[in-house]
Amino acid sequence: MSKEKTYFEPADLANFGNITEWQGPMGKKFFDYYNEVMKEGALTAREKALIALAVSHAMQCPYCIDAYTSGCLQAGADEEQMMEAVHVAATMKAGITLVYSTQMMKHAKKMTM
Amino acid sequence: MSIHQRTKSLASRGDELADTFFQLQVLNGKERVDIKFPSFASKAAEAGHAPLLPSRIEIFQVNIGKLCNQTCSHCHVDAGPDKKVENMDRNALEKCLEILSAYDIPTVDITGGAPEMNPHFKWFVEECRKLGKTVIDRCNLTIIRSNPKYHSLPEWFAENQVQIVSSLPYFSKTRTDAQRGDGVFEDSIEALRRLNAVGYGREGSGLLLDLVYNPSGAFLPGAQAGLEKEFKSQLKRKYDIDFNRLFAITNMPISRFLEYLLESDNYEDYMTQLVNAFNPATVASVMCRNTISVSWDGYLYDCDFNQMLDLKVSTSESNHISNFDYKLLSDRNIVLNQHCYGCTAGAGSSCGGEVA
Repeated sequence: MSKEKTYFEPADLANFGNITEWQGPMGKKFFDYYNEVMKEGALTAREKALIALAVSHAMQCPYCIDAYTSGCLQAGADEEQMMEAVHVAATMKAGITLVYSTQMMKHAKKMTM
Repeated sequence: MSIHQRTKSLASRGDELADTFFQLQVLNGKERVDIKFPSFASKAAEAGHAPLLPSRIEIFQVNIGKLCNQTCSHCHVDAGPDKKVENMDRNALEKCLEILSAYDIPTVDITGGAPEMNPHFKWFVEECRKLGKTVIDRCNLTIIRSNPKYHSLPEWFAENQVQIVSSLPYFSKTRTDAQRGDGVFEDSIEALRRLNAVGYGREGSGLLLDLVYNPSGAFLPGAQAGLEKEFKSQLKRKYDIDFNRLFAITNMPISRFLEYLLESDNYEDYMTQLVNAFNPATVASVMCRNTISVSWDGYLYDCDFNQMLDLKVSTSESNHISNFDYKLLSDRNIVLNQHCYGCTAGAGSSCGGEVA
Protein backbone atom coordinates (compact mmCIF):
# COMPACT_ATOMS: atom_id res chain seq x y z
CA MET A 1 0.00 0.00 0.00
CA SER A 2 1.44 3.39 -0.90
CA LYS A 3 2.12 5.85 1.87
CA GLU A 4 -0.62 8.44 2.21
CA LYS A 5 0.56 11.81 0.94
CA THR A 6 -0.05 14.96 2.92
CA TYR A 7 1.11 18.54 2.53
CA PHE A 8 2.67 18.50 5.99
CA GLU A 9 5.01 15.62 6.82
CA PRO A 10 6.30 15.80 10.42
CA ALA A 11 9.63 14.36 9.25
CA ASP A 12 10.13 17.37 6.95
CA LEU A 13 10.82 19.60 9.94
CA ALA A 14 14.15 17.86 10.40
CA ASN A 15 15.08 19.03 6.87
CA PHE A 16 14.45 22.69 7.60
CA GLY A 17 18.19 23.35 7.79
CA ASN A 18 18.54 22.16 4.19
CA ILE A 19 16.98 25.35 2.83
CA THR A 20 20.54 26.69 2.75
CA GLU A 21 21.32 24.23 -0.06
CA TRP A 22 19.52 26.44 -2.60
CA GLN A 23 20.34 29.84 -1.12
CA GLY A 24 23.23 29.63 1.34
CA PRO A 25 23.92 33.20 2.49
CA MET A 26 20.27 34.15 3.03
CA GLY A 27 19.45 30.87 4.78
CA LYS A 28 22.48 31.21 7.02
CA LYS A 29 21.55 34.77 7.92
CA PHE A 30 18.08 33.58 8.86
CA PHE A 31 19.34 30.76 11.09
CA ASP A 32 21.94 33.00 12.75
CA TYR A 33 19.21 35.54 13.44
CA TYR A 34 16.84 32.84 14.70
CA ASN A 35 19.47 31.37 17.02
CA GLU A 36 20.38 34.79 18.38
CA VAL A 37 16.75 35.71 19.04
CA MET A 38 15.89 32.43 20.77
CA LYS A 39 18.82 32.62 23.21
CA GLU A 40 18.10 33.36 26.87
CA GLY A 41 18.13 37.15 27.12
CA ALA A 42 15.92 39.77 28.73
CA LEU A 43 13.22 37.13 28.28
CA THR A 44 13.79 33.62 29.56
CA ALA A 45 13.94 30.62 27.24
CA ARG A 46 10.57 29.53 28.66
CA GLU A 47 8.94 32.91 27.93
CA LYS A 48 10.30 32.90 24.38
CA ALA A 49 9.07 29.33 23.82
CA LEU A 50 5.59 30.34 25.03
CA ILE A 51 5.52 33.33 22.68
CA ALA A 52 6.63 31.08 19.82
CA LEU A 53 3.92 28.56 20.73
CA ALA A 54 1.26 31.30 20.61
CA VAL A 55 2.52 32.56 17.25
CA SER A 56 2.60 28.97 15.93
CA HIS A 57 -1.11 28.69 16.65
CA ALA A 58 -1.95 32.12 15.28
CA MET A 59 -0.08 31.29 12.08
CA GLN A 60 -1.45 27.72 12.13
CA CYS A 61 1.90 26.12 11.42
CA PRO A 62 1.85 22.39 12.28
CA TYR A 63 5.66 22.15 12.26
CA CYS A 64 5.95 25.03 14.70
CA ILE A 65 3.21 23.67 16.95
CA ASP A 66 5.10 20.36 17.33
CA ALA A 67 8.44 22.10 17.73
CA TYR A 68 7.28 24.62 20.32
CA THR A 69 5.12 22.20 22.28
CA SER A 70 8.34 20.22 22.78
CA GLY A 71 10.25 23.45 23.32
CA CYS A 72 7.85 24.68 26.00
CA LEU A 73 7.89 21.35 27.86
CA GLN A 74 11.67 21.27 27.67
CA ALA A 75 11.95 24.80 28.97
CA GLY A 76 9.81 23.91 31.98
CA ALA A 77 6.43 25.38 30.98
CA ASP A 78 3.37 23.52 32.21
CA GLU A 79 0.15 22.69 30.41
CA GLU A 80 -1.76 25.59 31.98
CA GLN A 81 0.85 28.13 30.83
CA MET A 82 0.88 26.62 27.34
CA MET A 83 -2.90 26.77 27.01
CA GLU A 84 -2.93 30.34 28.31
CA ALA A 85 -0.39 31.26 25.64
CA VAL A 86 -2.71 29.81 22.97
CA HIS A 87 -5.60 31.80 24.45
CA VAL A 88 -3.51 34.95 24.12
CA ALA A 89 -3.05 34.13 20.43
CA ALA A 90 -6.76 33.35 20.06
CA THR A 91 -7.91 36.52 21.78
CA MET A 92 -5.53 38.59 19.68
CA LYS A 93 -6.94 37.04 16.51
CA ALA A 94 -10.47 37.63 17.75
CA GLY A 95 -9.64 41.20 18.69
CA ILE A 96 -7.92 41.83 15.37
CA THR A 97 -11.06 40.61 13.59
CA LEU A 98 -13.40 42.61 15.80
CA VAL A 99 -11.43 45.83 15.66
CA TYR A 100 -12.09 45.93 11.90
CA SER A 101 -15.76 46.29 12.77
CA THR A 102 -15.07 49.91 13.62
CA GLN A 103 -14.45 50.39 9.90
CA MET A 104 -17.68 48.55 9.14
CA MET A 105 -19.60 50.64 11.67
CA LYS A 106 -18.13 53.88 10.42
CA HIS A 107 -18.92 53.02 6.82
CA ALA A 108 -22.42 51.78 7.63
CA LYS A 109 -23.19 54.92 9.68
CA LYS A 110 -22.02 57.11 6.79
CA MET A 111 -24.32 55.29 4.39
CA THR A 112 -27.42 55.13 6.52
CA MET A 113 -29.82 57.71 7.90
CA MET B 1 -1.37 12.93 31.63
CA SER B 2 0.35 10.61 29.26
CA ILE B 3 2.47 8.73 31.81
CA HIS B 4 0.46 5.99 33.43
CA GLN B 5 1.18 5.12 36.99
CA ARG B 6 2.19 1.56 37.66
CA THR B 7 1.32 -0.27 40.79
CA LYS B 8 3.84 -3.05 40.33
CA SER B 9 7.34 -3.46 38.97
CA LEU B 10 8.02 -4.88 35.51
CA ALA B 11 9.50 -7.93 37.23
CA SER B 12 6.42 -8.71 39.27
CA ARG B 13 4.21 -8.23 36.21
CA GLY B 14 6.35 -10.73 34.33
CA ASP B 15 6.93 -8.15 31.57
CA GLU B 16 9.62 -9.15 29.08
CA LEU B 17 11.26 -5.74 29.59
CA ALA B 18 12.26 -6.94 33.07
CA ASP B 19 14.87 -8.99 31.21
CA THR B 20 17.89 -6.72 30.80
CA PHE B 21 19.08 -8.57 27.69
CA PHE B 22 15.69 -7.94 26.08
CA GLN B 23 16.03 -4.21 26.85
CA LEU B 24 19.43 -4.16 25.15
CA GLN B 25 17.93 -5.91 22.14
CA VAL B 26 15.28 -3.16 21.92
CA LEU B 27 17.94 -0.45 22.22
CA ASN B 28 19.85 -2.08 19.39
CA GLY B 29 16.80 -2.39 17.11
CA LYS B 30 16.49 -6.17 17.38
CA GLU B 31 13.26 -6.45 19.37
CA ARG B 32 9.95 -4.55 19.40
CA VAL B 33 11.23 -1.78 17.08
CA ASP B 34 12.76 -1.82 13.67
CA ILE B 35 15.06 1.15 13.94
CA LYS B 36 18.79 1.35 14.42
CA PHE B 37 20.75 4.38 15.49
CA PRO B 38 24.49 4.98 15.03
CA SER B 39 26.39 3.14 17.74
CA PHE B 40 27.18 5.28 20.76
CA ALA B 41 30.68 3.81 20.91
CA SER B 42 31.37 5.14 17.40
CA LYS B 43 30.13 8.59 18.39
CA ALA B 44 32.34 8.54 21.51
CA ALA B 45 35.25 7.46 19.32
CA GLU B 46 34.65 10.40 16.96
CA ALA B 47 34.79 12.63 20.03
CA GLY B 48 38.22 11.20 20.84
CA HIS B 49 37.20 8.59 23.41
CA ALA B 50 37.99 5.17 21.99
CA PRO B 51 37.82 3.51 24.41
CA LEU B 52 36.18 5.66 27.07
CA LEU B 53 38.48 5.57 30.10
CA PRO B 54 37.92 6.48 33.74
CA SER B 55 39.53 9.54 35.30
CA ARG B 56 39.75 8.95 39.07
CA ILE B 57 37.26 7.14 41.28
CA GLU B 58 35.73 9.96 43.30
CA ILE B 59 32.24 8.60 43.88
CA PHE B 60 31.36 5.21 45.33
CA GLN B 61 27.70 4.88 44.46
CA VAL B 62 25.89 2.15 46.34
CA ASN B 63 22.49 1.01 45.16
CA ILE B 64 21.52 -0.29 48.56
CA GLY B 65 18.33 -1.96 47.35
CA LYS B 66 15.34 -1.83 45.06
CA LEU B 67 12.70 -1.68 47.79
CA CYS B 68 10.74 1.56 47.52
CA ASN B 69 7.46 3.02 48.78
CA GLN B 70 6.80 4.46 45.30
CA THR B 71 6.44 2.92 41.85
CA CYS B 72 7.38 5.81 39.57
CA SER B 73 6.55 5.55 35.88
CA HIS B 74 10.05 6.46 34.73
CA CYS B 75 12.05 4.40 37.27
CA HIS B 76 15.22 3.02 35.69
CA VAL B 77 15.70 0.68 38.66
CA ASP B 78 12.27 -0.99 38.36
CA ALA B 79 12.01 -0.34 42.10
CA GLY B 80 8.85 -0.67 44.15
CA PRO B 81 7.18 -2.02 47.28
CA ASP B 82 7.30 -5.55 45.88
CA LYS B 83 11.11 -5.59 45.64
CA LYS B 84 11.76 -7.24 48.98
CA VAL B 85 14.68 -9.50 48.00
CA GLU B 86 17.08 -7.29 46.07
CA ASN B 87 18.42 -5.38 49.08
CA MET B 88 21.98 -5.19 50.36
CA ASP B 89 22.80 -7.19 53.49
CA ARG B 90 25.06 -6.24 56.36
CA ASN B 91 27.99 -8.35 55.13
CA ALA B 92 28.03 -6.62 51.76
CA LEU B 93 27.84 -3.20 53.42
CA GLU B 94 30.73 -4.13 55.73
CA LYS B 95 32.75 -5.08 52.66
CA CYS B 96 31.92 -1.67 51.13
CA LEU B 97 33.20 0.00 54.30
CA GLU B 98 36.46 -1.97 54.06
CA ILE B 99 36.94 -0.67 50.51
CA LEU B 100 36.04 2.87 51.54
CA SER B 101 38.52 2.81 54.43
CA ALA B 102 41.28 1.45 52.19
CA TYR B 103 41.02 3.98 49.37
CA ASP B 104 40.79 7.72 49.01
CA ILE B 105 37.31 7.82 47.50
CA PRO B 106 35.80 10.99 48.97
CA THR B 107 32.07 10.58 48.27
CA VAL B 108 29.58 7.83 49.06
CA ASP B 109 26.40 8.25 47.03
CA ILE B 110 23.59 6.06 48.38
CA THR B 111 20.69 5.32 46.11
CA GLY B 112 17.88 2.82 45.69
CA GLY B 113 14.84 2.25 45.76
CA ALA B 114 14.25 4.23 48.89
CA PRO B 115 17.64 3.76 50.59
CA GLU B 116 16.18 4.52 54.03
CA MET B 117 14.10 1.32 53.86
CA ASN B 118 17.21 -0.83 54.07
CA PRO B 119 17.45 -1.85 57.77
CA HIS B 120 21.21 -1.16 57.78
CA PHE B 121 20.95 2.29 56.18
CA LYS B 122 21.53 4.44 59.28
CA TRP B 123 24.38 2.30 60.53
CA PHE B 124 26.07 2.38 57.11
CA VAL B 125 25.75 6.16 56.83
CA GLU B 126 27.17 6.67 60.32
CA GLU B 127 30.13 4.40 59.54
CA CYS B 128 30.80 6.26 56.28
CA ARG B 129 30.74 9.56 58.16
CA LYS B 130 33.22 8.16 60.73
CA LEU B 131 35.53 7.49 57.78
CA GLY B 132 35.23 11.18 56.88
CA LYS B 133 33.32 10.53 53.67
CA THR B 134 30.85 12.97 52.14
CA VAL B 135 27.55 11.07 52.14
CA ILE B 136 24.77 11.74 49.64
CA ASP B 137 21.34 10.18 50.19
CA ARG B 138 19.07 10.06 47.13
CA CYS B 139 15.86 10.49 49.09
CA ASN B 140 12.47 10.27 47.40
CA LEU B 141 11.03 12.69 50.04
CA THR B 142 7.76 10.80 50.58
CA ILE B 143 9.57 8.15 52.65
CA ILE B 144 9.86 10.78 55.41
CA ARG B 145 6.06 10.90 55.60
CA SER B 146 5.34 7.25 54.86
CA ASN B 147 5.70 5.72 58.32
CA PRO B 148 6.28 7.11 61.84
CA LYS B 149 9.64 5.34 62.02
CA TYR B 150 10.90 7.66 59.27
CA HIS B 151 9.43 10.91 60.63
CA SER B 152 12.63 11.87 62.43
CA LEU B 153 14.86 11.37 59.38
CA PRO B 154 15.34 15.13 58.78
CA GLU B 155 16.87 15.62 62.26
CA TRP B 156 19.01 12.50 61.84
CA PHE B 157 20.17 13.61 58.37
CA ALA B 158 21.18 16.97 59.85
CA GLU B 159 23.06 15.40 62.79
CA ASN B 160 25.03 13.30 60.33
CA GLN B 161 25.52 16.11 57.80
CA VAL B 162 24.08 13.95 55.03
CA GLN B 163 23.63 15.72 51.69
CA ILE B 164 20.12 15.20 50.40
CA VAL B 165 19.32 14.85 46.70
CA SER B 166 15.61 14.52 46.03
CA SER B 167 13.44 14.10 42.97
CA LEU B 168 10.76 16.65 42.31
CA PRO B 169 9.84 16.55 38.63
CA TYR B 170 7.81 19.72 38.76
CA PHE B 171 6.46 22.40 41.07
CA SER B 172 2.89 21.35 40.40
CA LYS B 173 0.79 18.41 41.50
CA THR B 174 -0.37 17.19 38.09
CA ARG B 175 3.06 16.80 36.53
CA THR B 176 4.61 15.35 39.70
CA ASP B 177 1.85 12.86 40.45
CA ALA B 178 1.70 11.73 36.82
CA GLN B 179 5.29 10.58 37.07
CA ARG B 180 5.57 9.49 40.67
CA GLY B 181 2.09 8.50 41.84
CA ASP B 182 -1.07 10.06 43.22
CA GLY B 183 -0.45 12.10 46.37
CA VAL B 184 3.32 12.24 45.89
CA PHE B 185 3.36 16.01 45.35
CA GLU B 186 1.68 16.92 48.66
CA ASP B 187 3.86 14.49 50.61
CA SER B 188 6.98 15.77 48.87
CA ILE B 189 6.13 19.38 49.72
CA GLU B 190 5.52 18.45 53.36
CA ALA B 191 8.82 16.53 53.48
CA LEU B 192 10.65 19.52 51.97
CA ARG B 193 9.12 21.75 54.65
CA ARG B 194 10.41 19.40 57.35
CA LEU B 195 13.87 19.36 55.79
CA ASN B 196 13.82 23.17 55.61
CA ALA B 197 12.70 23.29 59.26
CA VAL B 198 15.92 21.59 60.41
CA GLY B 199 17.99 23.86 58.18
CA TYR B 200 18.28 21.95 54.91
CA GLY B 201 18.41 24.28 51.92
CA ARG B 202 18.45 27.36 54.16
CA GLU B 203 21.24 29.84 53.64
CA GLY B 204 24.16 29.50 56.04
CA SER B 205 23.11 26.13 57.49
CA GLY B 206 25.70 24.13 55.59
CA LEU B 207 23.02 21.47 55.04
CA LEU B 208 22.67 20.77 51.33
CA LEU B 209 19.31 20.00 49.79
CA ASP B 210 19.41 19.54 46.02
CA LEU B 211 16.46 18.70 43.81
CA VAL B 212 16.39 16.54 40.73
CA TYR B 213 14.25 17.48 37.75
CA ASN B 214 13.36 14.64 35.35
CA PRO B 215 11.04 15.51 32.48
CA SER B 216 7.59 13.96 32.95
CA GLY B 217 7.41 12.63 29.44
CA ALA B 218 9.25 12.00 26.19
CA PHE B 219 11.20 15.24 26.05
CA LEU B 220 14.64 16.39 27.11
CA PRO B 221 15.27 18.71 30.04
CA GLY B 222 15.82 22.36 29.21
CA ALA B 223 18.73 24.44 30.43
CA GLN B 224 19.41 23.66 34.09
CA ALA B 225 20.07 27.25 35.18
CA GLY B 226 16.72 28.49 33.85
CA LEU B 227 14.82 25.58 35.39
CA GLU B 228 16.55 26.11 38.73
CA LYS B 229 15.58 29.78 38.73
CA GLU B 230 11.96 28.91 37.94
CA PHE B 231 11.78 26.12 40.56
CA LYS B 232 13.32 28.39 43.21
CA SER B 233 10.94 31.21 42.52
CA GLN B 234 7.80 29.02 42.30
CA LEU B 235 8.57 26.84 45.35
CA LYS B 236 9.38 29.93 47.42
CA ARG B 237 6.29 31.82 46.30
CA LYS B 238 3.83 28.97 46.62
CA TYR B 239 5.21 26.99 49.58
CA ASP B 240 8.06 29.01 51.17
CA ILE B 241 10.46 26.19 50.31
CA ASP B 242 14.19 26.69 49.81
CA PHE B 243 16.71 24.38 48.21
CA ASN B 244 20.29 24.66 47.02
CA ARG B 245 20.70 23.37 43.47
CA LEU B 246 18.49 21.83 40.80
CA PHE B 247 19.97 18.97 38.80
CA ALA B 248 18.32 18.50 35.40
CA ILE B 249 18.61 14.82 34.56
CA THR B 250 17.65 13.21 31.25
CA ASN B 251 15.47 10.12 31.47
CA MET B 252 17.35 7.06 30.27
CA PRO B 253 15.55 4.91 27.70
CA ILE B 254 15.68 1.84 29.93
CA SER B 255 13.42 -0.13 32.27
CA ARG B 256 10.04 1.49 33.06
CA PHE B 257 10.81 4.64 31.06
CA LEU B 258 11.59 2.43 28.09
CA GLU B 259 8.25 0.71 28.66
CA TYR B 260 6.52 4.12 28.64
CA LEU B 261 8.32 5.15 25.43
CA LEU B 262 7.30 1.95 23.67
CA GLU B 263 3.70 1.96 24.91
CA SER B 264 3.15 5.62 24.04
CA ASP B 265 4.78 5.27 20.61
CA ASN B 266 7.43 7.80 21.56
CA TYR B 267 10.49 5.51 21.42
CA GLU B 268 11.71 6.45 17.95
CA ASP B 269 11.18 10.20 18.42
CA TYR B 270 12.83 10.17 21.85
CA MET B 271 15.88 8.21 20.70
CA THR B 272 16.13 10.49 17.65
CA GLN B 273 16.12 13.51 19.98
CA LEU B 274 18.87 11.94 22.11
CA VAL B 275 21.01 10.98 19.11
CA ASN B 276 20.55 14.33 17.34
CA ALA B 277 21.41 16.18 20.54
CA PHE B 278 24.68 14.23 21.01
CA ASN B 279 27.21 16.76 22.26
CA PRO B 280 30.84 15.61 21.91
CA ALA B 281 31.89 18.13 24.57
CA THR B 282 29.98 16.19 27.24
CA VAL B 283 31.85 12.89 26.82
CA ALA B 284 34.88 13.95 28.85
CA SER B 285 32.65 14.75 31.83
CA VAL B 286 30.21 11.82 31.95
CA MET B 287 29.76 10.43 35.45
CA CYS B 288 31.01 6.90 34.70
CA ARG B 289 34.50 8.36 34.44
CA ASN B 290 34.69 9.18 38.16
CA THR B 291 32.15 6.74 39.62
CA ILE B 292 31.96 3.10 40.61
CA SER B 293 28.46 1.79 41.04
CA VAL B 294 27.77 -1.12 43.40
CA SER B 295 24.66 -3.27 43.23
CA TRP B 296 22.73 -4.77 46.15
CA ASP B 297 24.54 -8.09 45.57
CA GLY B 298 27.97 -6.47 45.46
CA TYR B 299 28.73 -6.40 41.73
CA LEU B 300 30.53 -3.42 40.23
CA TYR B 301 29.34 -1.29 37.32
CA ASP B 302 30.41 1.87 35.53
CA CYS B 303 27.16 3.62 36.50
CA ASP B 304 23.70 2.97 37.94
CA PHE B 305 22.24 2.68 34.41
CA ASN B 306 24.73 0.01 33.35
CA GLN B 307 23.87 -1.69 36.63
CA MET B 308 20.20 -1.82 35.70
CA LEU B 309 21.09 -3.30 32.32
CA ASP B 310 23.40 -5.79 34.03
CA LEU B 311 26.42 -4.49 32.11
CA LYS B 312 29.15 -5.19 34.66
CA VAL B 313 32.54 -3.47 34.58
CA SER B 314 34.84 -4.89 31.91
CA THR B 315 37.42 -6.08 34.44
CA SER B 316 36.23 -9.63 35.15
CA GLU B 317 39.02 -10.09 37.72
CA SER B 318 37.62 -7.14 39.65
CA ASN B 319 33.87 -6.97 39.16
CA HIS B 320 32.62 -7.49 42.72
CA ILE B 321 33.24 -5.94 46.13
CA SER B 322 34.89 -9.25 47.13
CA ASN B 323 37.64 -8.79 44.49
CA PHE B 324 37.76 -4.96 44.35
CA ASP B 325 41.05 -3.93 42.80
CA TYR B 326 41.48 -0.16 42.60
CA LYS B 327 44.33 -0.35 40.11
CA LEU B 328 42.52 -2.67 37.70
CA LEU B 329 39.36 -0.61 37.91
CA SER B 330 41.29 2.60 37.27
CA ASP B 331 42.62 1.08 34.05
CA ARG B 332 39.34 -0.39 32.80
CA ASN B 333 37.50 0.42 29.60
CA ILE B 334 34.02 1.79 30.34
CA VAL B 335 31.20 -0.35 28.93
CA LEU B 336 29.06 1.57 26.44
CA ASN B 337 25.73 0.90 24.80
CA GLN B 338 22.93 2.84 23.12
CA HIS B 339 21.41 4.17 26.37
CA CYS B 340 24.62 6.19 26.87
CA TYR B 341 23.17 8.79 24.48
CA GLY B 342 21.07 9.83 27.48
CA CYS B 343 24.15 11.19 29.27
CA THR B 344 25.54 13.12 26.30
CA ALA B 345 22.47 14.89 24.91
CA GLY B 346 22.54 18.68 24.93
CA ALA B 347 24.32 19.90 28.02
CA GLY B 348 24.73 16.28 29.15
CA SER B 349 23.31 14.54 32.18
CA SER B 350 24.64 12.90 35.31
CA CYS B 351 23.57 12.24 38.88
CA GLY B 352 24.70 15.83 39.45
CA GLY B 353 22.78 17.24 36.49
CA GLU B 354 24.34 18.93 33.45
CA VAL B 355 27.97 18.20 32.68
CA ALA B 356 28.83 20.73 29.94
